[in-house]
Amino acid sequence: MKRVYVNEEWCLGCHLCEYYCAFAQTNENDIARALKDKVIKPGIRVEEHNGICFAVSCRHCEEPLCAKSCITGALTVVSGIVSVDTEKCIGCYTCILNCPYGAISPSEKGAILKCQLCSDNTHGSPACVKGCPNKAIVFEERGL
Amino acid sequence: MHRKYVIIGNSAAAVGAVEAIRRNDRNGSIVIFSKESQSTYSRPLISYYNQGKVGRESIYFRPDDFYEKNDCDFRPGTSVFKIDIHSCTITTDSGSDEKYDRLLIATGSEPVVPPFPGLDTVSNVRTYTSFDDALALEELISSGLSRVLIVGAGLIGLKCAEGISKKADVTCVDLSDKVLSSILDDVSSDLISDHIRSNGIKLVLGNAVKAFSGNKAELADGSRIDFDVLVIASGVRPCASLFKNAGGLTGKGIIIDDHCRTSAENVFAAGDCVESVDMSTGKYKVMALLPNAYMQGECAGSNMSDTECVFNKAIPMNALTLFGLHILTTGSYTGEVSDDSEGNDIRRFYHSDNRLNGYILINNIDKAGIYTSMIRDRVPLDTIDFGLVRKAPGLMAFGRVYRDKTLGGKS
Amino acid sequence: MPVDYLYPEYEVIRNYDRCINCRVCERQCANEVHEFPENAGKMVCDSSKCVNCHRCVALCPTKALKIVKSDHTFKHNANWSGKAITEIYKQAGTGGVLLSSMGNPENYPIYFDKMLINASQVTNPSIDPLREPMETRTYLGSKPKEIRRDQDGRLINTLPPQIKLSMPIMFSAMSYGSISYNAHESLARAAQELGILYNTGEGGLHESLYKYGQNTIVQVASGRFGVHKEYLGSGAAIEIKMGQGAKPGIGGHLPGTKIGGDISRTRMIPEGSDAISPAPHHDIYSIEDLRQLVFSLKEATEYQKPVIVKIAAVHNVSAIASGIARSGADIIAIDGFRGGTGAAPTRIRDNVGIPIELALASVDSRLRSEGIRDNVSIIAAGSIRSSSDIVKAIALGADCIYIGTSALLALGCHLCRSCQTGKCNWGIATQREDLVKRLNPEIGTVRLVNLLTAWQHEIKEMMGGMGINSIESLRGNRSMLRGTGLNERELEILGIKHAGE
Repeated sequence: MKRVYVNEEWCLGCHLCEYYCAFAQTNENDIARALKDKVIKPGIRVEEHNGICFAVSCRHCEEPLCAKSCITGALTVVSGIVSVDTEKCIGCYTCILNCPYGAISPSEKGAILKCQLCSDNTHGSPACVKGCPNKAIVFEERGL
Repeated sequence: MHRKYVIIGNSAAAVGAVEAIRRNDRNGSIVIFSKESQSTYSRPLISYYNQGKVGRESIYFRPDDFYEKNDCDFRPGTSVFKIDIHSCTITTDSGSDEKYDRLLIATGSEPVVPPFPGLDTVSNVRTYTSFDDALALEELISSGLSRVLIVGAGLIGLKCAEGISKKADVTCVDLSDKVLSSILDDVSSDLISDHIRSNGIKLVLGNAVKAFSGNKAELADGSRIDFDVLVIASGVRPCASLFKNAGGLTGKGIIIDDHCRTSAENVFAAGDCVESVDMSTGKYKVMALLPNAYMQGECAGSNMSDTECVFNKAIPMNALTLFGLHILTTGSYTGEVSDDSEGNDIRRFYHSDNRLNGYILINNIDKAGIYTSMIRDRVPLDTIDFGLVRKAPGLMAFGRVYRDKTLGGKS
Repeated sequence: MPVDYLYPEYEVIRNYDRCINCRVCERQCANEVHEFPENAGKMVCDSSKCVNCHRCVALCPTKALKIVKSDHTFKHNANWSGKAITEIYKQAGTGGVLLSSMGNPENYPIYFDKMLINASQVTNPSIDPLREPMETRTYLGSKPKEIRRDQDGRLINTLPPQIKLSMPIMFSAMSYGSISYNAHESLARAAQELGILYNTGEGGLHESLYKYGQNTIVQVASGRFGVHKEYLGSGAAIEIKMGQGAKPGIGGHLPGTKIGGDISRTRMIPEGSDAISPAPHHDIYSIEDLRQLVFSLKEATEYQKPVIVKIAAVHNVSAIASGIARSGADIIAIDGFRGGTGAAPTRIRDNVGIPIELALASVDSRLRSEGIRDNVSIIAAGSIRSSSDIVKAIALGADCIYIGTSALLALGCHLCRSCQTGKCNWGIATQREDLVKRLNPEIGTVRLVNLLTAWQHEIKEMMGGMGINSIESLRGNRSMLRGTGLNERELEILGIKHAGE
């Protein structure tokens, strides 16, 4: 299946992926109106240290430890996409405890927040990839 | 070949097994025996049910059509009375026999009820591990019995306390002078006790219940507590007796190997009823936790249906929230401690021999799984920036090669 | 603090209704214009640092930014322009030579814009390039004067080495050092994909780009940086740089701060030392000396590579070209006064040299009149901005053109003309690692290929309109051009008639 891959060689640490992700989650059509005065909670997050930077989002593992650990059954794999049922999730964070990439975040609403490859919004394909100015994030089929 | 799989138990381990079996074998028959009457539900959710955060319909671990979709012969309310590992037969309490080609014992654990003198004189006593317990407690409290005494300030006791705190007047007694003594170290547990007290729970620590007389508890220091409802939350133990009586190898729980095989041929075991190797120490341990249960069940199911699978990554791990405070703990608290706590943000890391053994995070739990993977994969600490990762969990500490592999790198 | 005589040239205008404080402008500005002071709770900016490169504008996700020219003004004076006054303030403050980058921006005539292209009507049918074959392929190099045959009547091949191009366009010399590695890689990869050549410039060739050798012109300039046998042998052609349109008559100076590890290795000079290209080649004081270098280079490469001699367009350009055409050189490149540069003294850039259109026409006419036009191919350079400039240049007599600035624009350059600061926000004219990585060659290559593919289409359309189906039939075909608003002398030099004639 197609997945989001990150090549840190080209990551500029501009954080635009985070903002485009947050925008995609709102299902608004104007980014300024959607994000003005908001604290964003993106499903992709940039790590930066000593001039190195890269973005991390859910890898949609073949063997997702998060879903296997989920105590409510809220995390499931839907056509290869590790998806969360936010109604069912109670925010116990067992998945956060298990994700080896740090790709799942807590959210104020209680349920967790994670990348679902924009399958859960109107953008159709990952907004972070479309918004990356330097092709540091790509959405590709690489087998598996 | 048509194979018959028999599963005793109906929680996470059983679900893991069913899902794995059905990936490999669509034709074999699966029979599930459960002594409870419900479809599979999530045990840790019972306190959320009492709290009102989870409705009755949301407590279920899998959708309604789980058994149908996976073509399972589900027999609720049926206890298994005996296993014969020689004739490959189990006997239910109603006396009927069932042959198996592969058997999974996923019987879980049962609450420990210490033999308190006078316990038989108490009315309204419950343990707190099943949905029935939660329903019963709800009924008792809503009938006006609002003074609840919980014996035990461990995971079960405190989650119960949180679950009912809005509707009941809760007192929690524990022999230990620390709360959550099984999952926290001394330093971090004090913060939790303060937090629990500030949320209206009376904590009586370092004081044991000596005896009961009617609905009155007499404590070791001579004080007395009146209550309407008693909840015994003194821990759980594996339900291993079925297998032990059948002549199988057990310790505290059923002993399994890294294929979730027991000592008996074609008999597998998974979940709270087993004792397996704790990755963080290399020693056998009972790790009664849902994630381990699911993954062991999945491993067992896979091997039962002839697809080899190894699960050797079990570690103690707990993710819990108490009155809004997030607590994540993993592994074992042995070796040297590196404490990166700041104020109420607790970050304590236990390590020895260049490996992380365990950690405790309270409040800021972001990206904790990175630490868990360091324990699980026994990552040599000198190959990463340990100082950095403790303060700022992330893949940054792991170096480019690891990141190119995990994040994709070049196409 | 001394009085600051200089008022910011540009103002950064932020629409606070649209700004979401994402801080991408702050992170992307190497000039540190934008800032998010915690206590302000909103983005603020220091316009005096802005070079108007549009990096922030382009990346702002909400389009909350624009840069406008300040309407702050000096008292009107037709003679003392604001620019003249400001430059005096600068020099009075620093005591230094004014430095500038990219091509001459001043208001001199642009002859390309005063020439119009012909099209066929009725008597000479036009050609539809979508239906009929249309050839843009061309070969650069010296052409044989006569056809010789052996005793059996078979052709004797006396053709000197040629450069084969899919279209009459090449990327002009921009050194590794003046532009980034990623810019170089983009040019090299695009040249390969397009079947054309790029030019190393005078900074040598990074070892990882040797694989693009078949699409590379290796340059030998007065500093002789990075020149060795393997380097000469690695390319498809060798260019001797005698001059550059942006700064005729002077050398170059790449400051030591830009000579880092890789550049130092590639240029074969110590890390941190200034790379100074002398104004002249110290071994060339005559056409005869040039001939020696031409043949030294041919000898070193076993006469397998055509040699290009590149000169700036200056007053006696046709006489100089005539000499070069007799020096053994295979190709002459002429760089007009609007050609770009990574850094040049402002006065030189803005006041020295002549327009490429006039130089080209004059050289072509002179070589024809002397019967030596086939000795050499001619490359015209110095601000080719579009496919129509190319068609006009070829009709004036060029075999091919070089593009530099246009290629950089395709890579993201916004012509802010601040290359000399080394802080190019687009990752082109910089060696700062964090800035260089902003140009991903994968993207750069595609953009260059797109540009030239588009131009090739347009060239074919224009050729078809003229009823010409091969680019070589257009070369020197000045009847296809007419002038507008040009005086007789200009028309005469260009060798074209006025529109209406």
